[in-house]
Parts: sequence; structure tokens; C-alpha cells
Amino acid sequence: MFRDAVLVAGKDLRIEARSRVATNQVLPFAFLVLILFAFALDADRGQLATVAAGLFWVTVLFSGLLAVQRSFALEAGDDARDALRLSGLDGAGIFLGKAGAVAAQLLVLEVLLAAGVVVLYDVDLRGTAFLALICVLATAGIAAAGTVYGAVAAGLRVRETLLPLLFLPVLAPVLLAAARASEAVLGTTSTTMADAWPWVRLLGVFSTIYVAFGVVAFGPLLEEA
Amino acid sequence: MPPAAMPTAAMPVAVRFRAAVSLLGRFPALAGVDLDVARGEILLLKGPNGAGKTTLLRACAGLVGIVSGEAEVLGCDLTRDRRAVRRRIGLLGHGTFLYDELTVADNLRFAARAAGRPAADGAAAMERLGLAGRLHDLPVAKLSAGQRRRVALAAVVARRPELWLLDEPHASLDAAGRDLLDAIVREAAAAGATVLLASHELDRADHLATRRATVVGGQVQDGLLAVASPPEREPARVP
Repeated sequence: MFRDAVLVAGKDLRIEARSRVATNQVLPFAFLVLILFAFALDADRGQLATVAAGLFWVTVLFSGLLAVQRSFALEAGDDARDALRLSGLDGAGIFLGKAGAVAAQLLVLEVLLAAGVVVLYDVDLRGTAFLALICVLATAGIAAAGTVYGAVAAGLRVRETLLPLLFLPVLAPVLLAAARASEAVLGTTSTTMADAWPWVRLLGVFSTIYVAFGVVAFGPLLEEA
Repeated sequence: MPPAAMPTAAMPVAVRFRAAVSLLGRFPALAGVDLDVARGEILLLKGPNGAGKTTLLRACAGLVGIVSGEAEVLGCDLTRDRRAVRRRIGLLGHGTFLYDELTVADNLRFAARAAGRPAADGAAAMERLGLAGRLHDLPVAKLSAGQRRRVALAAVVARRPELWLLDEPHASLDAAGRDLLDAIVREAAAAGATVLLASHELDRADHLATRRATVVGGQVQDGLLAVASPPEREPARVP
């Protein structure tokens, strides 16, 4: 399973490195969203800092949506989806590989976006180790749920519009937990670092559920979608 | 080349379908297929458009479900687990099953490793299909239709399958490519692989095949192997 996961992740990341869709389209999109939020709330920079964590995670979620759509667009060309099924690769391995590739791209994006938040929203970055843990957990949840729903939507003609409808509601708990935990760590609201732990635990639970569900369900979904 | 011995039901079988039914929506694309393919055979599937040749090949690959009847490929029961057989087969279909953004070398390396073969098998396939050299590092998207077809065939070769499923394999290939394809298929069969070939180019495919069957209306005519006649015995001598 892990050999297959590494193979699929390597393939997806190599395609991204060659096509540069992530760097030329997803990354600028994410920064554009951050800047538009800044324009919309510029009248009150204090408010901008207060809601920075929520805006950061909304931006990551929208970018994650693009990354997932891109991940399954790779398998749509010239029957490549059949190729993935025919390859004989383990379904769980394919899931972990595709989710891993999406997660790797999102983590890089999050680092760059965090720098953007510091500059644009005037936020002091602290508790970086804690923030890194939140990012890893939330990214695992976003990538796992996105990969499962990407497989569900991939076989449909209305996949571009259906995927957000499936993907965004399921990730509401992840968004909520990641935003609240990040706020507590950054101290942008009245909460303290200790208040972050319950949210991190919730984040861990949801991410584990999404990853476990994907490992079990992705193979059959790929067959039937 | 001497004619191959006629395969019989006594030979080990790579593909065995009995009354196999497969639906595309509600339409029975395979409507009770009876088919045997002996190991090492090259079976040509003839038939008009829409007869079910492609569906039959896809069913052998486990891409299309069998809703009733029996279907066994390389000893794997497809009605129970369609995925078990896939590492052991190679399908050259209407699509190329390639990733456009990846180079020829990357695609073949992925095809080989996905089948559990070393990456070197991808390089060997590239060499065999004449793709080494200037095409090596080109993205597949930049190749002509014929070159893409060659890469798709190389991806099948790289997998070293036990069962080759070839759907209109000569399409888009130039004369040299067609000769090369025929040579590769004969080599594979000589090495023990089984080949199912669906083609409308009957002149060429007929020379390649060791047996022929016709697909009509989702059924296969002449799909079963002949029952081997018992070896002749010397008449018992009466003392």
C-alpha cells in the first residue's frame, strides 16, 4: 500500500512540477483571496488581525478545492482514469498517494500564505510549532475528504459544480476547529494557548476519520464512480 | 513460419467465460458470452461496430462488471474480484491511458512500476518501440497520434503482462509501427503470453492470429476451444 502511495504521489507531484498549475494558478488565487479580504476589511486593521485565522483557513479551503479538482483532472485525460484502475495499484495506496500529493502542495501554500497574513494582516506569528501541528492535522483532513469526494465527483459531467457542494459542508468542522485553534495560538482573540487543545483534539479526530474512511472506501469508489 | 498447433480444450486456459452477461446501463453489451482462450494463443475477435468486442476486452480487464454467468481470467474469478487480475494484464484501448504532462520516460517508468516491474522495464520497452533518443524527454502531449500510440503500446510492453488485450492496435500506426507491433505480439505469445485482439483490419490481424472468433450482438461465435480428440491407440492384438 505505501509503495503504491509513494508511486502515485510521485507521479502527481511530478505532473504538477511540469505543468506548474499549482504555482501559476492556485498560489496566485490564494493570495488574491487574502488581498481581497484585506481590501474588504481595511477600514479596521485591528479587526483584520482578529479574523486573520478564519480568513487564512477559508483561503486554504478554497485553494484546497482547486488542488483537489486539479488532482482528479489529471486522471480525466485520454482515459487516464481507466489507466489508474488498470494499473493494479491498491485502492488505499492510490488514495494515500493522491491525498499526500494534495497535502504536500497545501502545506507549501500554507507556509507562503502565513507569510502573507503576517504582512497584510499585521499578525504576530507565535507558537509556530503549535501552528505547524494545526496545519498538518487540518491539511490531512482537507486532503483526505477532498480526495474521497474528488473520486465521487470525477466520473460525473457536473463535477466542477458538484465537488464544492460535497466538499465544503463536510469540511466545516475542520475549518471551525483549525480557525479556533489558530486564533488561540496567535492570541488574536481573548482566548489563550490552553484553549487551543480541545480544538486540536477535535481536528485530530475529524482528520483521522476522513483519512480512515478514504483508506477503506476509495478503492470501491474508484471502481464505481 | 509453421502453422501453430490448433489449441484444444485440454490446454491450460487463460480466459474462460460461460454465459457471461455484462450491462452498459440497461443494455446487455455482453449477452451470454461463451469463450475460452488457451494460454499462448492469439485470438482475433472480429465483428461489426457495436457488437461488443471492446466491452469484452474491457470485461477481461475487469473494467466492466459481469452481472451473471462465469468469468475467469488468469485463474481469477472476475465475478468476485475484478481487481485481482489487473497487475497481470495489459490493455491497449481506444484511449492511450497516458499522462499528457509527463514525459515518455516518466509514463513508461510509472506503467512498469505500477505493475510491480522494475523501472528498467520501462526503459527497455522504450528502446524496443524505438522511442529512446529525442522522444525520451518529450511530454506525451507534444507527440503525434502515431507516436502516442507507440508509447501506449510501450506501456503495455513495460508491464510484461500475461494477458494482452489489444483493441484496434494497428490504428494510427505507420507501416513500420504495424510491423513492429506484429513482431512484439508474436514474441509475447511465443514467450507464453495470451493475446486477445479486436480489429477491423482483418488482412493484417488474420495473419497474426492463431484462432478467430466472431462477436455479434454481444455473443461470441466459435469462442470455445475444440475438444481434443483422444490419442489414437493401437488396436488390441488378439493372441
